[in-house]
Amino acid sequence: MYWPDDTDTLHAEKYYGNAMLDKTLIGKSFPPLVVDVDRWQLKFFAKAVGEENPIYFDEVAAIAEGYRSILAPPTYGVTLGCAVPDPFSRAKAVGLDATKILHIAQSFEYFEPICGGDQITLVATITDVFEKRRGAFKFMVEETVATNQLGQLTTRFRQTVLERA
Amino acid sequence: MKEIFFDQIAIGEQLPSLMKPPITRTTLAYFCGASNDHNPVHVDSDFARAAGADDVFVHGMLDMAYMGQLLTAWVPQTSIISFGVKFGAIVYVGDTITCHGEVIDKAENDGVYILKLKLRAVDQNGESKLTGEAQVRVSGP
Repeated sequence: MYWPDDTDTLHAEKYYGNAMLDKTLIGKSFPPLVVDVDRWQLKFFAKAVGEENPIYFDEVAAIAEGYRSILAPPTYGVTLGCAVPDPFSRAKAVGLDATKILHIAQSFEYFEPICGGDQITLVATITDVFEKRRGAFKFMVEETVATNQLGQLTTRFRQTVLERA
Repeated sequence: MKEIFFDQIAIGEQLPSLMKPPITRTTLAYFCGASNDHNPVHVDSDFARAAGADDVFVHGMLDMAYMGQLLTAWVPQTSIISFGVKFGAIVYVGDTITCHGEVIDKAENDGVYILKLKLRAVDQNGESKLTGEAQVRVSGP
């Protein structure tokens, strides 16, 4: 990746184009996404990451530990948020080039656990859109609130993406 | 899982490190299905090269999932209050990720005992790939 220093700003438009970002979308919430938490996908996630603790793939073990069903791992909220035909639709809406997007930061706050069979409602809000180096680097920050079928807050998470040069 | 007690943990204590196997193309194909992130830069070498990368590269969320395993091997998942990372450098197929954690602060708040952790994942050359922080509840005192 090419990271320009500050002396490169004269040439920024030549290298990176001059697409404008739609900052009017800051603060905008998108329609809720309702996702059923699939036990099969939780088992598949556990296999993909080499998980050995059975509460993440075995219903009996999870229930024995006091969970409703198989426990979703700590990062699973982002998987649920991607359960749409185009996970980049919001980034595209603000004017980012989806083929150049890098995920540069992710954080979660946790409340109630998410388990297999839950129905999770996710509401995403664009919280910031900004540029650095005269538009050479474009950023979008969004925050998602995930609530379960009992109306309980499960997790709130924040994602920052960058359109790379 | 061994129960962690607040008074038995000193600032500077290291969590047991977690070394994952080398990340293969198969791992990335599985993680597309596990994450719902089917961006071809993670599985299609032709696409990745055309987009300017050296080869397919790893989903940041896979690195973060590994870091999550470091935490959930140490405390129950429901003890995690917060968990955040920055993806500092791209991880490529074939890289081997090792996750490290260190206790950097302790606090007791209304009978809740909290440890603050600093997190770091490195590749086989020791290059830093991901840094972060987490707060976890432990038994007390």
